Amino acid sequence: MNDLAWIDVAVSSARPQAVAALLRYFRNLDVAEEAFQEASLRALQKWPENGPPRDPAAWLIMVGRNFALDEARRNKRNQPLPDDDVISDLDDTETALAERLDNAHYRDDILRLLFVCCHPELPATQQIALALRVVAGLSVKEIARAFLTSEAAMEQRITRAKRRVAQTQVPFEAPGAVERSERLGVVAAMLYLIFNEGYSASGGDEGHVRASLCDEAIRLTRMVLRLFPSEPEMMGLLALMLLQHARASARLDVGGNIVLLENQDRSKWNAEMIREGLAMIDKAMQHRRPGPYQIQAAIAAMHSHAARSEDTEWHEIERLYAALESVQPSPVVTLNRAVALSKSQGPAAALELLAPLAEPLAAYFHFYGVKGALHKQLGQPEAARVAFDRAIALARTATEAAHIRAELDRLTS
Amino acid sequence: MRYAIFCYHAESQACSLPKDKDEVMMAGIGKAKDEISKTAKFGPVARLMPTTAAMTVREGRELVVLDGPFAETKEQLLGFYIIECDTLDEAIEAARKLAEPRAAAGLNGALEIRPLRMFDPGQPMEAM
Repeated sequence: MNDLAWIDVAVSSARPQAVAALLRYFRNLDVAEEAFQEASLRALQKWPENGPPRDPAAWLIMVGRNFALDEARRNKRNQPLPDDDVISDLDDTETALAERLDNAHYRDDILRLLFVCCHPELPATQQIALALRVVAGLSVKEIARAFLTSEAAMEQRITRAKRRVAQTQVPFEAPGAVERSERLGVVAAMLYLIFNEGYSASGGDEGHVRASLCDEAIRLTRMVLRLFPSEPEMMGLLALMLLQHARASARLDVGGNIVLLENQDRSKWNAEMIREGLAMIDKAMQHRRPGPYQIQAAIAAMHSHAARSEDTEWHEIERLYAALESVQPSPVVTLNRAVALSKSQGPAAALELLAPLAEPLAAYFHFYGVKGALHKQLGQPEAARVAFDRAIALARTATEAAHIRAELDRLTS
Repeated sequence: MRYAIFCYHAESQACSLPKDKDEVMMAGIGKAKDEISKTAKFGPVARLMPTTAAMTVREGRELVVLDGPFAETKEQLLGFYIIECDTLDEAIEAARKLAEPRAAAGLNGALEIRPLRMFDPGQPMEAM
């Protein structure tokens, strides 16, 4: 038997639960992480000798907790020791501890751990880096690669994030239903941020590495959903990620350029992922509690249902965007709705919808890309050119600029 | 003689396998199946979707439909069905109908509805 493979899998899958429990005991993320690291090292030594523990998470929590308590005493830090009832558990054997581990805490522990990484004062990039390091257990090196920065820069980013988090109170009481619901919402937004970091990658090596962020986001979302199985918006989020990620192989051409949805080779879409995404939407709909992620997933599903781009039911998609507008209004949603409208009712109707968006989307690349395309469809090449020129000026990546340049070339030909 | 072989693993671990390890594992399983097929016949083989795709019909005085997989430990696996239908609603209705007589007999278990991720009908076999 390959000891190391087994230990590796057991330790990494126990990480969220173990670090989360240690966070609850010590109310300090650094202490919790360090304790877990130490416990993992000891697992590597002890488990091959003694055989695998019955409950790896319980073992890691117990060893981690003892280590942290010893450290606290040895260093005589100005840190309040955990409550007496925690310290009195020191003589527990593994079995007794496993039985006393309060399973009701377990899911709120993990939710708290994720929630702590979503600190509102942290910029999105720091939130994501922290969550990936602390909850997903990615190495600093892996995270740095995914964000295309140096290891040193990422180390700094994570340290800064932890410092920020340390300065605020970790909410260690069990949350009430409303608070739990709010935390889930915040966590969902962060998970989707991680997904989008991976999804927005362009081609080549970068694309491959960043796609792993999509996998990580999906894995973490599944974890949260296992803990909170009746949350329709969490089901919607997982569905949305799966349906989008299903297109990964078709999204880039050989040159690493983005292939638009309408031009993608649909035979390359991952049928298994699509099926699972659709199954999640089915489940979510049983609750009859629509929400933004469910609606976005439904839109993605509409595309998945179309065997060819021409078969897309744009009228239904436009209706879904209108529904999304009413629960989560934003100029970008209206922009997407306009695109759907242009396919079902023509470019003139879409341009009308676009008019009031000029101000809020004045700095948004896609707004001008869409506007240019609509003018072009209406046989207004000059207006199209003006819009495309503005788009190029706002392009954020070489790929985006190349795409618009191609549009401009097509105007003149 | 015929046997069912059920696969049990901690999902959090199975989901945590890095892609390359998963690919090596699946390749190994494929080879094992080929070896076995030299002397034995495979009937239907299915890989299930994750438990996050599951729903459960609980038997009791009333039948209750819940999100999530079956989770108790006092019950044991006693059988399974594979069905094909058009919608999740139909699958739930089917599970309810199958649970009804069991509940009426006083049983207190559950039927889990899990969508299939992969299915291979395998070789035809005669009914037993």
